[in-house]
Amino acid sequence: MRDVAIVNYKQTPATRDSLATNELQMLQSVIQGVIKESGVELSDMDFVCSGSCDYLAGAAFAFVEAIEAVGPFPPIKESHVEMDGAWALYEAVLKIRTGEADSALIYGFGKSSPGDLRSVLSLQLDPYYLAPLWLDTISAAALQAAQCLDKGVLSEADMAAVVSRSRANAKSVAGTQLSGDYSIEELLAEPTFVSPLRMHDCAPITDGASVMIIATPEKARQWCDTPVVISGLDNRIESSMPTLRDLTVSRSTETAGKAAGVGSKPVEFAELHAPFSHQEILLQKALGLDASVDINPSGGALAANTMMAAGLDRIGHAAKMIQSGRYTRGVAHATSGSCLQHNLVAVLEAVS
Amino acid sequence: MSRLAAVVGIGQTEYRSARKDVSMGGLVNEAARRALEDAGLGWDDIDAVVIGKAPDMFEGVLMPELYLADALGAVGKPMLRVHTAGSVGGSTAVVAATHVTSGTFDRILTVTFEKQSESNAMWALSIPRPFSMHLNAGAGGHFAPHIREYMRRSGAPAHVGPMVAVKDRKNALKNPLAHLQIPDISLEMVMESPMLWDPIRFLESCPSSDGACALVISSEELATKGPNKPAWIRGMAMRSETMTCKGRDEVNPLAGSECAKDVYAQAGIGNPRKEVDMAEVYVPFSWYEPMWLENLGFADEGEGWKLTEAGETEIGGSIPFNCSGGVLSTNAIGASGMIRFAESAMQVRGTAGEHQVEGAKMAVGHAYGASAQFFAMWAVSSEKP
Amino acid sequence: MAEKKDPNAERVNIMYAPVNLDYRFTASDHTSRFLESIRNGQFIGSQVSEGAPVYVPPRPVCPETGLPAERLVELPDTGKVHWYTIVHIPIPDNPIKPPFVVANILLDGADITFLHLISGCDNDDIDIGMRVKAVWKPEAERTHSPANIHFFAPIDKADALAEELAKEA
Repeated sequence: MRDVAIVNYKQTPATRDSLATNELQMLQSVIQGVIKESGVELSDMDFVCSGSCDYLAGAAFAFVEAIEAVGPFPPIKESHVEMDGAWALYEAVLKIRTGEADSALIYGFGKSSPGDLRSVLSLQLDPYYLAPLWLDTISAAALQAAQCLDKGVLSEADMAAVVSRSRANAKSVAGTQLSGDYSIEELLAEPTFVSPLRMHDCAPITDGASVMIIATPEKARQWCDTPVVISGLDNRIESSMPTLRDLTVSRSTETAGKAAGVGSKPVEFAELHAPFSHQEILLQKALGLDASVDINPSGGALAANTMMAAGLDRIGHAAKMIQSGRYTRGVAHATSGSCLQHNLVAVLEAVS
Repeated sequence: MSRLAAVVGIGQTEYRSARKDVSMGGLVNEAARRALEDAGLGWDDIDAVVIGKAPDMFEGVLMPELYLADALGAVGKPMLRVHTAGSVGGSTAVVAATHVTSGTFDRILTVTFEKQSESNAMWALSIPRPFSMHLNAGAGGHFAPHIREYMRRSGAPAHVGPMVAVKDRKNALKNPLAHLQIPDISLEMVMESPMLWDPIRFLESCPSSDGACALVISSEELATKGPNKPAWIRGMAMRSETMTCKGRDEVNPLAGSECAKDVYAQAGIGNPRKEVDMAEVYVPFSWYEPMWLENLGFADEGEGWKLTEAGETEIGGSIPFNCSGGVLSTNAIGASGMIRFAESAMQVRGTAGEHQVEGAKMAVGHAYGASAQFFAMWAVSSEKP
Repeated sequence: MAEKKDPNAERVNIMYAPVNLDYRFTASDHTSRFLESIRNGQFIGSQVSEGAPVYVPPRPVCPETGLPAERLVELPDTGKVHWYTIVHIPIPDNPIKPPFVVANILLDGADITFLHLISGCDNDDIDIGMRVKAVWKPEAERTHSPANIHFFAPIDKADALAEELAKEA
């Protein structure tokens, strides 16, 4: 199988409400940005793949207009997944492996501000048994956190530590949503929001768009000085019924991590897509990452969480950190569904 | 460089206006089990699952791969959900096959479905978008102007559309799974059916169906190990273009013709009219048969309707189109494209039963979506390259 | 002990699970300008730069290049029928009664079409290429909506029709 490398990645500044700037405009600016920065043309892209969700915009086929940002005339080779952009990356990697494409442009976007995201995401649940109960995402995650606390898998102080580190790390990331210095004590003094979760245990709601360019290593070297090779990539799904799963572990992440070869060489850092603080701890365990591994140097999803792009953002931030020379090998992760139901793991390495 | 892949299992549900006997999970499970049975395989033999369907709003289930993971035996496996508007059934098959041709997996299950009876697709398509005029009263209102323009350009006589409607419904009578079964279908009946969007009459439009279609696609090494003949995938492609811009031709879209040319080049097809034995093509309104005959290179521009009129697209003609009854007889939207792909594979495997084209060796499956701007297509053959 | 019931006797075939979601839509910059403009009886379009294709209603991005189409241009309310259909079924929740004509209208100076109604003549007399003009609602009745235009009509009849409709109202 052919190797695939990340050339470049860019995201819009994270914002709670992009107001009059619509999805197409957010995408347009970030796609032109990454193209110019990489010194390439849109017509250099052999394949385009994107991830988005109709229900965020409240209209069917919301993605159809979005492709205009890549100038699709004359026609292009293009595909779309109704999933986080990380899975669009997955499809694009397969495409490059076939030899039918040497490069691809991937994007994910989400403008969650028009709707009530907690309720919208309830429709991800089993439509007969669970969705009619309107179990919202935060309540579902709170049930999971409560199980973890009851079982002694983690403590509220552990959760606060995750938040404290996320906010501190995010200070060095331009255009993120939530950052700053908060002590564990300060955070624990905050009231609960949906018990046992406090407001800061939950990712913010973010409007944004992200784009990535990938290519074969040969082509990537023509386009940038420091391509980052995707040395492992896998995704796994679990049962939709929370009662059929042990919610205090993330089995699918564990399986995906092993298949992606996370443990085959030392891991220096990880970008984990954990929309809730306790989930970061579960992911860290599932991937076998010990205390020496830096977790979410970008601040992670707790700092900015664009639906349909936050998973791709983890991979993008990880690639950027390797390109900056700070690290040489790391893990990036994306999640989908309620309580970490579906997980994707990528292993990224600097080209030696 | 890309690996060979083949369709080794095909499973379809019965297509009906309302499958009240099964849930959405039950529906996709039914198609998947039939495909596995055809392939002589069990759930454990499958490496990954790829699903596709039209907009989530059609059933009101957001990212339905999450809910359907259990029903499709995907727990513990990789899963992907494709959505490319109406072409999704075709592009899902292409993306699933790419899982194998990329060398990443050996055996893939792919399923597409629509359960329109559990919601209202017409409603989902007609939610008034704020700040814009809401005028086209469903998909037909959008496509009818393009059809009128085709008639003007080609000078095709008015009875060609109704002829397609009759032919496809007659074919459906040979396909027990097909939704519409109209035994006494005739040209008069079609011409007398109510006009909806001029020139599209009621009987020249597709129905609204519940149903699912599944394929098992395997690597070259495993393809011949099953109980039934494989259908070798000889070429596949996807193309997209913008909904509107200066120079785009909605009547004869460049994305469609480029997609077809790419597939023919991969499959070594120099003259599709001669070398393709049959085609399952996405025809939701009758007139799209002559339009796609031209767009896909089976006829020169302006000449497609003559093939239809001469009966060349009937079973027994030189280029049979939609022997299964096509989208005009069954439209489980998200599955409709994959049904085309599956039926083309059935033809080259020789398992199409009463609607079999005798000796079919090379067949194409085709799907399009949105404002005729997203295309997916493949060519399958009984012969390995 | 309660009487035993056959669990297969009464099967549930359909359950009702209504979904109500509220969305707060925001018009984009271009859309706001367009709505403001048609309130004043004036069409505007957008383009990347002078001489580039003109999109109406204005689009934020040029689909051929992916570049921002930020330049706004005023357009006349005249054009031609590009393509059309006669619709015989009602639009849900819409007062317009069938049969009515929906056409892709290409405004003079524009490079893409948009859908609107054609009236003011016999449906059978409408043809591709026919010159048409917008029949506006009286200024006092206009809002921020494309419905400010009753319909498009043959170019020589539009103004008279607008006056007539204003009197009726």
